[in-house]
Amino acid sequence: MQATVAHLKKGQRGIITDVSSIYIPLKLLEMGCLPGNFVELVQVAYFSDPMYLNINGTHLAIRKETALHILIDIL
Amino acid sequence: MSKQINVALIGNPNTGKTSVFNALTGLNQKVGNYPGITVEKKEGICKLSRGVKAHIIDLPGTYSLNASSLDENVVIELLLNKNDKDFPDVAVVVSDVENLKRNLLLFTQIKDLEIPSILVINMADRMRYKGISLDIPYLEKQLNTKIALVSTRKNYGIDELKELISNYRELSTVPCMNASEIDKDYFDGLRKAFPDQLLYKLWLVITQDVNFGKTDRNEIDPVADFKTKSKSELKRLQQKETIKRYQFINETLKKGQIIDLSTAKDLRIKLDRILTHKVWGYVIFFFILLTIFQAIYDWSSVPMDFIDSTFASLSEWTKNALPEGTFTNLLAEGIIPGLGGIVIFIPQIAFLFLFISILEETGYMSRVVFLMDRGMRRFGLSGKSVVPLISGTACAIPAIMATRNIESWKERLITILVTPFTTCSARLPVYLIIISLVIPDKRFFGLGYQAMTLMLLYLIGFGAALGSAMILNKILKIRSKTFFVVEMPNYKLPLLKNVALTVVEKTKAFVFGAGKIILAISIILWFLASYGPGDDFNNAEEIVATEFANQNLSEDEIEHHVASQKLEHSFLGITGHAIEPAIRPLGYDWKIGIALVSSFAAREVFVGTLATIYSVGSDDEETIKNRMAGEVNPILGGPLFNFASGISLLLFYAFAMQCMSTLAIVQRETNSWKWPILQLVIMSTFAYIIALIAFQVLK
Repeated sequence: MQATVAHLKKGQRGIITDVSSIYIPLKLLEMGCLPGNFVELVQVAYFSDPMYLNINGTHLAIRKETALHILIDIL
Repeated sequence: MSKQINVALIGNPNTGKTSVFNALTGLNQKVGNYPGITVEKKEGICKLSRGVKAHIIDLPGTYSLNASSLDENVVIELLLNKNDKDFPDVAVVVSDVENLKRNLLLFTQIKDLEIPSILVINMADRMRYKGISLDIPYLEKQLNTKIALVSTRKNYGIDELKELISNYRELSTVPCMNASEIDKDYFDGLRKAFPDQLLYKLWLVITQDVNFGKTDRNEIDPVADFKTKSKSELKRLQQKETIKRYQFINETLKKGQIIDLSTAKDLRIKLDRILTHKVWGYVIFFFILLTIFQAIYDWSSVPMDFIDSTFASLSEWTKNALPEGTFTNLLAEGIIPGLGGIVIFIPQIAFLFLFISILEETGYMSRVVFLMDRGMRRFGLSGKSVVPLISGTACAIPAIMATRNIESWKERLITILVTPFTTCSARLPVYLIIISLVIPDKRFFGLGYQAMTLMLLYLIGFGAALGSAMILNKILKIRSKTFFVVEMPNYKLPLLKNVALTVVEKTKAFVFGAGKIILAISIILWFLASYGPGDDFNNAEEIVATEFANQNLSEDEIEHHVASQKLEHSFLGITGHAIEPAIRPLGYDWKIGIALVSSFAAREVFVGTLATIYSVGSDDEETIKNRMAGEVNPILGGPLFNFASGISLLLFYAFAMQCMSTLAIVQRETNSWKWPILQLVIMSTFAYIIALIAFQVLK
């Protein structure tokens, strides 16, 4: 199964391989959520939702349902 | 007179754009609205060298020129409209040294519009701390621009920036990359169809979902020989464009920026480990709120007492110093007490704005959004609803405007509808005066009962907001994409200047905005209270003389009875008596009734109204509070403001929708009268029922 950002554990890193443009808003891409960039899970709230990420140096939080659509290779 | 240079400050959120604006303009700034919409427009004047002045606009923060909200739309609308009087001669793009990569995305887009641009790299003082070094000449060459390294905290770089602004004519307008490579055929076609238009401007107009007021799409639509693309094709192209821009930026920064992570220190990680923790995060948030409410209470009691007694003596002084007459009475009994009723709350309101702006400035507010999202979703809200709900404690109007960054329409609508339940600063005057009358001034483990009551009222407000959100979430059948992104900015020490300016500006807006209404209502009330129809009013002296003929009353006592006889039979008194049957079950008399009715325009009018009513005819120097404490319930006896009627009033004010400005803003933001009318009817009915129950149970 292809890993997604939702599969990251706290402190774990991955490289983004693909983002599904139907589910991922342009704004998130503009903030650096693009193939080739790294993503790190900084902190999670209850039930891992939302997820506090470091994507390519930008720190942001997204909901799990969005995280499921960002495909990654876990490092 | 030489022409002013028009400068537009543009940048991502959290880049310290407003600090740069404050550093450039100081106190020479004003806040207004863009015509027709409620987006805040900040502009100011900056003096450059050689007597030249720059007119600076602080545009709303945006991540790119692809607008997804009304606020972001303002930026694009201005940049695309050469005929706008504010169209910039030069764009100052503010970036944060730690997020340069992301910030440059917007910069490359602005360069494509061929507007002379300066790149400000802000927070430059953090470079060493973060192990960042920059090759400025290289970056300037690659980006075709001039760069100003600025630190508003350490106060450097602003003079260099001013110099660059004065010499804006020397700036290059050549784009730093070619975005049209993403689809050559498409852009070639576009160029052929509209040879005299700027290519990137066309692209922006085509791809924006939002409607443009002035830069109309119609300019483009009529040309038939140009092949249009479907929405999803356009979105793919925008995605390609973003990737393309990042490629360029990555390449530029690879040579222009070196980050030595070994020397970088990261406070964020350490702080976030605690502040966003599953348990401690919430505990700390709760304690921060508790401290804020305790502080608002403790710190403002001294200045408030001072203001209260000052206005009371001012009233007295006016009466003695000015010649007797209608005007003197109007001034001493109408206007001064009315204004005193608003000035007295400046300390509290200023403290409230102080804390809110510190929470925003430090970056802590984003952590609250993160912590609360999961919980809020259960109520059909978003983590981002927390910001409107918290800033709703200052005023519902900016709070409702702050809902704009909530991505899902349903979550946003629910937030708009429930925000007026939060305790805004206009309720504060009512709460404070009633609490001080009916709640004992004692302490329990260092926490005052009065402060705790206040906190409880705030919690009731939030509770009502959440409860109604949950109901609305069940009732409203709106399908909208839910999606949520919130940036977690670095922690920063708040800049004193930014905080001070916010506090002054917001307090001023509150006082003058409310002051106008209160002044008008005070004058009207005074007239209504000082004149009346019929014998009961006009022959008050004789009626009192007959009634109390057998009792040996002193002159003072007779005068007092005359005054109350007059007030009771004045126009105001008659109105009050007319509505009395409806409010008696709630524990109020006709005087409170009048204050209640007049405060449907704005809640804060309540105290001013009571102050005016109680001071009409009374001669002695008294504070508002003492006058209220002395009122007697005409039927039940005992003080009018006792525990039962006090709680009933507090609850009425907690729930009732009494603010015309909020209703107006809801109408504008939802673009429908349905929602504000529903708010008014449902909230006020609910308030009446709850207040009724409270009084009947407690009395």
